[in-house]
Amino acid sequence: MNALQIAWKNIRQNPATSILGILLTAFGTGILCVLLLTSHQIEQQLGNNSRGIDLVVGAKGSPIQLILSSIYHMDNPTGNISLTEAQKLATNPMVRLAVPLSLGDNYKGHRIIGTDSTFLQLYGLELSEGRIWQADFEAAIGADVAQKHNLKIGDQLYGAHGLSSEGHTHDEHPYTITGIFKPAHHIADRLILTNLSSVWRMHGDHDDDDHDHAHDETHDHGEAHDHDHEHNHEHEHKHDHGNEPRLVKSIMGDIGSGEREITSMLIQYRNPAAIGMFPRLVNQQTAMQAASPAIESARLFSLLGIGIDSLQVLAYVIMLMAALSVFISLYNALKSRKYDLAIMRTLGASQGKLFGIVIAEGILLTFVGAMVGIVVGHIAIYLIGVSTGGTATLLQAMVLLPQEAWLVFIGVAIGFVASVIPAIKAYKTSISQTLSGN
Amino acid sequence: MQDNLVKTVIRLNNVTYQYPQGESLHFADLEVPSGQHTLILGDSGSGKTTLLHILSGLLKPTTGMVDIDGQPLYELPARKLDEFRGQRIGLIFQEAHLVKSLTIKENMQIAQGFAGAKVDNTRINEVLALLNLDHKADSYPNKLSRGQMQRAAIARAVINKPAILVADEPTASLDDRNTESVLNLLLTQADQQGATLVIATHDKRVKNRITRAYEMATRPALSNK
Repeated sequence: MNALQIAWKNIRQNPATSILGILLTAFGTGILCVLLLTSHQIEQQLGNNSRGIDLVVGAKGSPIQLILSSIYHMDNPTGNISLTEAQKLATNPMVRLAVPLSLGDNYKGHRIIGTDSTFLQLYGLELSEGRIWQADFEAAIGADVAQKHNLKIGDQLYGAHGLSSEGHTHDEHPYTITGIFKPAHHIADRLILTNLSSVWRMHGDHDDDDHDHAHDETHDHGEAHDHDHEHNHEHEHKHDHGNEPRLVKSIMGDIGSGEREITSMLIQYRNPAAIGMFPRLVNQQTAMQAASPAIESARLFSLLGIGIDSLQVLAYVIMLMAALSVFISLYNALKSRKYDLAIMRTLGASQGKLFGIVIAEGILLTFVGAMVGIVVGHIAIYLIGVSTGGTATLLQAMVLLPQEAWLVFIGVAIGFVASVIPAIKAYKTSISQTLSGN
Repeated sequence: MQDNLVKTVIRLNNVTYQYPQGESLHFADLEVPSGQHTLILGDSGSGKTTLLHILSGLLKPTTGMVDIDGQPLYELPARKLDEFRGQRIGLIFQEAHLVKSLTIKENMQIAQGFAGAKVDNTRINEVLALLNLDHKADSYPNKLSRGQMQRAAIARAVINKPAILVADEPTASLDDRNTESVLNLLLTQADQQGATLVIATHDKRVKNRITRAYEMATRPALSNK
């Protein structure tokens, strides 16, 4: 039997204290693992989802809210903007691509986005089967939506008002799925795309039913626009803007002007010179606001970082407690095992061997704790992902980061440090005195 | 003439030991031939255990020479001394002192492993069978009776076929029946394994079984009762 096997036997001999040490280590490692995965994946997703988007133009309000609602689809929009105004901006020479977004409904937590085919160009979406929408109330869905809800071409789905799947369901207008996108590994996988007029028509009907057309969610951010929408919906079943593009086109060519509104517009610049000029143009010369995803995402992440840092401190405190627990458990165990250790010496074990056995015991305890912590951390991430669900799902449990090896290393290092003093005590144990009972 | 042909396994020459508290013991010189059974007699506190620890390489004497199986014990470096002890000296105590977290078989396995030998399960099974413990091989010490534990301790002590078998008050807390049984086992095992048996005791029941004795006193002398 080697030192590890003997150490493992000793651990099993004292299940109560061993489990306490393992649990404390697991708890600390688990929190650190969750924080690591969360911060890494959020940072990655923030980057992935905003890639290629230089600016978001929307109603005045909180810029973070505008970014969250228009890029990450996690918050309520700040309000609506005039389509005419948006069209003017889209034709600006500094703009290479302008993608309109009209939000308002969801399907089981997945946002239904009214847009045009420029969205596909911006996000690099490709169809795995079917086609994109060609008429009102046709929709193409992201890969995750299809997989999660087992949706196929030709299936119909009913949108619910707002962000929550518990909102009022639009029973009168089902969307027919005409296409499913290939997995793109960003937010678009969890979206349902349709044309703008479907969203307008859906909410035109609701205007008639006394729905506030400014996306009905409560806007706490001051300047949410509550425009009266005159969408000219003469009749809910009269399709008068059903010619959505099959190829990539700008909204300018597809949707006529008028008093229509959209929620926001995603902008890609033609050249870097626009970075300084275009946001100023929007903020100073229009009633809209321009929010930079890069700036707001960084701000958002730094805000999240404060919470992450606090939790990290908590996790390290727990790890310290784990170290203390392992130390106390090993130190106390030495008292009850002093004869065992002395007998091992009489059997030929060297002082170094006893030192190694005690160190191995400390390391094993925290190693097992760290491994359990990592498993628990991933399970926690999975549960968080499942419970948040819908469009906002950012976290993937089945991801192993190289940094997790460091968590195990930290756990093992803590076990080593905690067991050094007991190991030295074991090393210095006088066999003769112990066996003589002195 | 015959004595000259018998190998001396234990040789103690001018050995003294000074306790940290200051008291010192001066042991009479001792030579024990191979295969002999020897008692170390003396009252409680007379230094019997100290002498056994010195003989076993557990306690370095202040002065003098201790030679076991032809090896000057305290000339060995610490690691080699540990290994030598594991290989050539079997120790038995008043309490069995089996490692609680290991089964009886595993207690025997570590005895082989610590001595630097390869684990030999055949040998372990043989010894356990000899001591009628084969059915307890996979039991933990807390599942054994007191007699079984003492037998297991003897099994562990002889597993490496030691040159000397040292027992410190092995019968002190046993009733007559168990004392008889343990003594029989010790004598039999020592004979079967070819080991020289040294027992420290003040138990009269043991004195009746072994005639060669070493009396503890100031400069104690070896006596034959």
